[in-house]
Amino acid sequence: MAGAISNLSETTFDEEVGSASEPVLVDFWAEWCGPCKMIAPILEEIASEQEGTLRVAKVNVDEAPELARRFEVMSIPTLILFSDGQPATRIVGAKGKPQLLQELAAHL
Amino acid sequence: MSHHEVVIIGSGPAGLTAAIYTARADLAPLVIEGEPSSTSDQPGGQLMLTTEVENFPGFPEGIMGPQLMIDMRAQAARFGADIVTAKVSRVDLGERPFRIWVGDPEAPEPTHTADAVIVSTGARSVMLGLEAEQRLIGHGLSTCATCDGFFFRDQEIAVVGGGDSALEEAGFLTKFASKVTIVHRRDELRASKIMQQRAFDNPKVEFAWNTVVDDVLGESKVEGLAVRDTVTGEARTLPVTGVFIAIGHRPNTDLFAGQLDMDEAGYLVTGADRSTTNVEGVFACGDVQDHTYRQAITAAASGCMAAIDAERWLESRGD
Repeated sequence: MAGAISNLSETTFDEEVGSASEPVLVDFWAEWCGPCKMIAPILEEIASEQEGTLRVAKVNVDEAPELARRFEVMSIPTLILFSDGQPATRIVGAKGKPQLLQELAAHL
Repeated sequence: MSHHEVVIIGSGPAGLTAAIYTARADLAPLVIEGEPSSTSDQPGGQLMLTTEVENFPGFPEGIMGPQLMIDMRAQAARFGADIVTAKVSRVDLGERPFRIWVGDPEAPEPTHTADAVIVSTGARSVMLGLEAEQRLIGHGLSTCATCDGFFFRDQEIAVVGGGDSALEEAGFLTKFASKVTIVHRRDELRASKIMQQRAFDNPKVEFAWNTVVDDVLGESKVEGLAVRDTVTGEARTLPVTGVFIAIGHRPNTDLFAGQLDMDEAGYLVTGADRSTTNVEGVFACGDVQDHTYRQAITAAASGCMAAIDAERWLESRGD
């Protein structure tokens, strides 16, 4: 599906992020987080607009607390951009679309 | 550039109530709701960072703060309010129609013009002003207990502040933390009696009275909170891994400096029992002009006042 956002679990994370040919922006979120819900539609827009150059994926920290611990996520939303399977940059806290794009641009 | 009879800046309970009333009065308001952020300066306002709201009339079982704001927004949209997700960068209230910029504040043409403006930009959380805050925010230092409490399961944390929001955060955080220390600079709380009693009754909550914060410790994550007793002068370190700041709010009025009258604390000054400002056609409602009550219900009520004041003023001009 064009620009689809996949949900990563503890078992699928390494395979999906490691094997991706393009950078992967991973959104650590949870159902109970208001600011996470506010940026969800922005991430959907980015996923479809940047299709082919950037993939967007989500990690639900309730379902995958080990992944949150592994990447030292202590605040959500946290976005981590993975390039060649390695964290390239991290954006903590909800931001508007122009600011998100600006912060990502340096790493894409 | 687009012209509107009414532009509402801000989208908390005040702005959205003003939107519901002006939309129902066929004024087709434009609501510039702000941009997402993890601070309280964001669409939906301070309630987006809260959990259960127990004192908003009409919800006997309580309602989640974000849900209340999603519902208010849907109610405004239902009556035709046009809601845009953007932040106002500049206003010119010197002549009518009023001029409003979104994005580049230096752009020669404003983004919107308006016959009447309703200001409901609210207030934001105040930080401690320490250098460590920039480094540690999101790494154990937080302004959003509902967002980040989850990450402090079985850990010791501190909440700085003594008002209702500090006690509400502390109570919420005891669901996760092994111990929550409330650090307060006085020997009594500003919070309401019911919130105080809950905190005193909670076995996981401790108080550090007459205590101020000197520094948040840790390089890449919070490793402790350096505090000082203001009576004895004794300095000590609380061994906490999380620090939540709830020391108060500051009105979001930078946009209006030099244009709208403010008090010493920066709150907009409105007419007695009215929403009028010193500029005819500009109305203010909610926490941006209220440092006394600061409740969702008083913000909503003042939003209704601003809508009716704006509607009558527009009618009196004969438009």
